[in-house]
Amino acid sequence: MELGSHAGFIVAAYATAAIVIGALVAWVALDHRAQVRALAELEAKGGGRPGRPS
Amino acid sequence: MIAPLAAIVKRDLLLAVRAGGGAGVGLMFFLAVVVVVPFAVGPDIPLIARVGPAVLWLGAFLASLLGLDGLFSADHEDGSLDLLFLAPVPLELVAAAKGLAHWLATGLPLVVLAPLLGLLLGVEPRALGAVTLSLLVGTPALTFLGLVGAAIAVALPRSGLFVAVLTLPLAIPILIFGVGATSAAIAGEAAAAPFKFALSLTLFFLVLGPAAAAAALRHARD
Amino acid sequence: MPIRDLANPHRFLALARALVPAFAILAALLLGLGLVLGFRAPADYQQGETVRIMYVHVPAAWIALGTWVLMAASALGTLVWRHPLADVSAKAAAPIGAAFCLLCLVTGALWGRPMWGAYWVWDARLTSVLVLFLLYLGVLALWRAIDDPDRAARAAAVLTLVGLVNIPIIKFSVDWWSTLHQPASVFRLGGSTIHPALLTPLLVMALGFAALFLALYLAAMRNEILRRRVRTAHILAAARAER
Repeated sequence: MELGSHAGFIVAAYATAAIVIGALVAWVALDHRAQVRALAELEAKGGGRPGRPS
Repeated sequence: MIAPLAAIVKRDLLLAVRAGGGAGVGLMFFLAVVVVVPFAVGPDIPLIARVGPAVLWLGAFLASLLGLDGLFSADHEDGSLDLLFLAPVPLELVAAAKGLAHWLATGLPLVVLAPLLGLLLGVEPRALGAVTLSLLVGTPALTFLGLVGAAIAVALPRSGLFVAVLTLPLAIPILIFGVGATSAAIAGEAAAAPFKFALSLTLFFLVLGPAAAAAALRHARD
Repeated sequence: MPIRDLANPHRFLALARALVPAFAILAALLLGLGLVLGFRAPADYQQGETVRIMYVHVPAAWIALGTWVLMAASALGTLVWRHPLADVSAKAAAPIGAAFCLLCLVTGALWGRPMWGAYWVWDARLTSVLVLFLLYLGVLALWRAIDDPDRAARAAAVLTLVGLVNIPIIKFSVDWWSTLHQPASVFRLGGSTIHPALLTPLLVMALGFAALFLALYLAAMRNEILRRRVRTAHILAAARAER
């Protein structure tokens, strides 16, 4: 596909979009894993949510 | 209604000019910025004279923003903020009174010092007048906008730089139109429009600032 | 289901579990379709091939602005109604909006260099979007600086509402001032001025970005709710250890 004389800029723009979106997805996914793990550890140690007798 | 507000203004003014109040420091910072810029630019006297008005605005801008520290947090720390909540005047007017005092103590001296520092930069007389006038119109806008940042960060310790950073994005238009009015006046073009814009920004922040600051203070309480 | 029901984090989590993957898949499909349409569309007669940057730059801009409006609505929820999910919504949306704002600025610069000869100019549109990015950074800094989540939410809410004044300035900047940036060509009275062959891929990409935003936003809200649970559990554990 011919992208013309400014192909570099077009590629850079789409690459940036991919990187930014990828970073957002990674952030959300990794944060999710971290929170779930933290909650599991705390529940195992007898944490539990408020209102539940420990 | 006037008496309590006048008392607040007087109290804040006294606190500002006494030791640790910060009024003098703002002026010294302004001087420091203006003195340092020619070293950074290099020995190009015509260039320095041309950017002089912008440098004056930049110095006043930074000095105003960095001086917002302690606008409310000083009162928050020693408990007088709680007393101000109980004052027989609306919190918005209390905030406005403190803003007025702060401008009189830190903003107005910048305006007075500006033409003198302009001479240091070699700015020509007509430009000096334009800069001073635009600063006179613009510095109240900076102070009253700064009320909001100071109120939002009231409970944070050592928040000086932080308040400046929070306030900066919304203060940019004030800088743009202040310098724009100055440049237009210097170039001899119709300066009326940018000046009116700058003035309307000031009036806008004179109202928005205290209102938003009062809201922020109320919400920071509970 | 009225919004009040969603105030129950439990119900929200159940909803998120279904919606996040759904929006993610929808986003993938729409973005894929948008990319295909975008690169099969004709080049612009003036701008040539670089017009294809529009298909990421413009949707990113719309998301960046829309997110601030969403944050402002959440701010009202926090300040006026004390809706518990409003805090979570505002905190989750902020980093996503900031990222899309940055993407808008960068893709804009990459488009401006071949088109205008400069990566950056200080015209009204670019300056006001840069100001928006600085405001995003300010809100993010505020969230980090204040320990107590409720206090942080209220402080961020005030800043968000004050910063809302920037949004109409961005939108109308190209009308009010003579700017290098192109005037409004999609959302304007009298209809769009973009040729349908270019408008269709743009709208498809915009919908794709919107679906992507929703997937990320709901997932981030879910994470924030879990984070608060972790915090509460820590506090309870510490209290228990003291006894």
